[in-house]
Amino acid sequence: MTGAIEPIVGRYVHVAIGGENHRIYFEENGTGVPLVCLHTAGSDARQWRYLLTDVEIAKHYRIIAFDMPWHGKSNPPESWDGEEYRLTSARYMETILAFCDALELDRPVVMGCSIGGRIVLNLAIEHARKFRALIGLESADFQTPWYDTSWLNRPDVHGGEVCAALISGLIAPQGPEAARRETLWSYKQSGPGIFKGDLYFYRVEGDLRGRVDAIDTSVCPLYLLTGEYDFSCTPEDTIRTGKAIKGAQVTTMEQLGHFPMSENPAQFRRYIAPVLEQIRNHSTSAKQGVQS
Amino acid sequence: MLRAAPALLQRGQRLTCECLLGPLDHPFHVSIREGAIVELTSSPVLMRSWRFAYRASPAAWAAYWQPMPQAGWHDLLVLTKRKEAVLEGDLHPFMTHLQYFKDLLALPRSHAGGTP
Repeated sequence: MTGAIEPIVGRYVHVAIGGENHRIYFEENGTGVPLVCLHTAGSDARQWRYLLTDVEIAKHYRIIAFDMPWHGKSNPPESWDGEEYRLTSARYMETILAFCDALELDRPVVMGCSIGGRIVLNLAIEHARKFRALIGLESADFQTPWYDTSWLNRPDVHGGEVCAALISGLIAPQGPEAARRETLWSYKQSGPGIFKGDLYFYRVEGDLRGRVDAIDTSVCPLYLLTGEYDFSCTPEDTIRTGKAIKGAQVTTMEQLGHFPMSENPAQFRRYIAPVLEQIRNHSTSAKQGVQS
Repeated sequence: MLRAAPALLQRGQRLTCECLLGPLDHPFHVSIREGAIVELTSSPVLMRSWRFAYRASPAAWAAYWQPMPQAGWHDLLVLTKRKEAVLEGDLHPFMTHLQYFKDLLALPRSHAGGTP
């Protein structure tokens, strides 16, 4: 065999969500602390392929990224009759918890981006004890809308083209051109109305203003990192959110936008590797403290 | 500049429209035929219709055209969000060709200091 085979392994796990079986596709690599990665709205777990193949991080973390139902290789459930897809906070949290339970993950770290960054705040509010740490990328309690989502799914506008074109401006210009195009590619491939349906959670239903001060970071550390070029979830949105959460660690990432893990993986690594090391050290010292 | 961007011309080959592009006070009336700009005239042009307008402040254009634009000035829609630009009219041709217009209006970046 002469081809270079990546260490990522992809499999399907059957998960009950809303009382119904869902066939969830996930990819993983590495051993150690489970690290579950959540993709952005209208995309899929391919966004995490660079982190998944990070040799150093994979030495200490079991890195796992799954496609949400209706995304990537996780098909809609069998009961779906074509009705409009709409993600809600409750369904999103249930999906993450059910996936972690199905893989029997012991207090995983969850890192989510964009809608994934928002839902980690929900997890921190309602399920902090189940997680070792939570990381929100491009995460805030609320963001000011900057376009009308009705353009995302209508028969006279190409959904893939308009979704990709809208989010293209959220990518920092310093990243490699190939990574930028790859980030856009998953948006061009997303199912019709799925990006819009995810944004129902993000824009309509999932407003967390006035709720994040209930987060207790002594139970579960919380890290919030946002790219300086993200004008959807701006650094100011994240800083405002972080100020309301005692103990939250907030970082603005230079030369990055709304998709740090896929648009400029090397630059993202400069910010996320120290966070993951800090979590690992904290986790180790806490364990030693219990044992001593 | 557009003639030197064949990929952009190809992406616009189904686009034919009249629009206003440029500074807030005195935008250009731009006639696009199958992706090519066939006429660019200072507006207003007497009794000439247009489908949509994208107009921005001179400061916004100057920042947008930097070879490596600063955060917050790097995309047409961040300029509208920060109210340095206005988008109005029938947005259908703009939205069906959103990346085309983003790239068209970013062409001066590769000719720093130029105009579209």
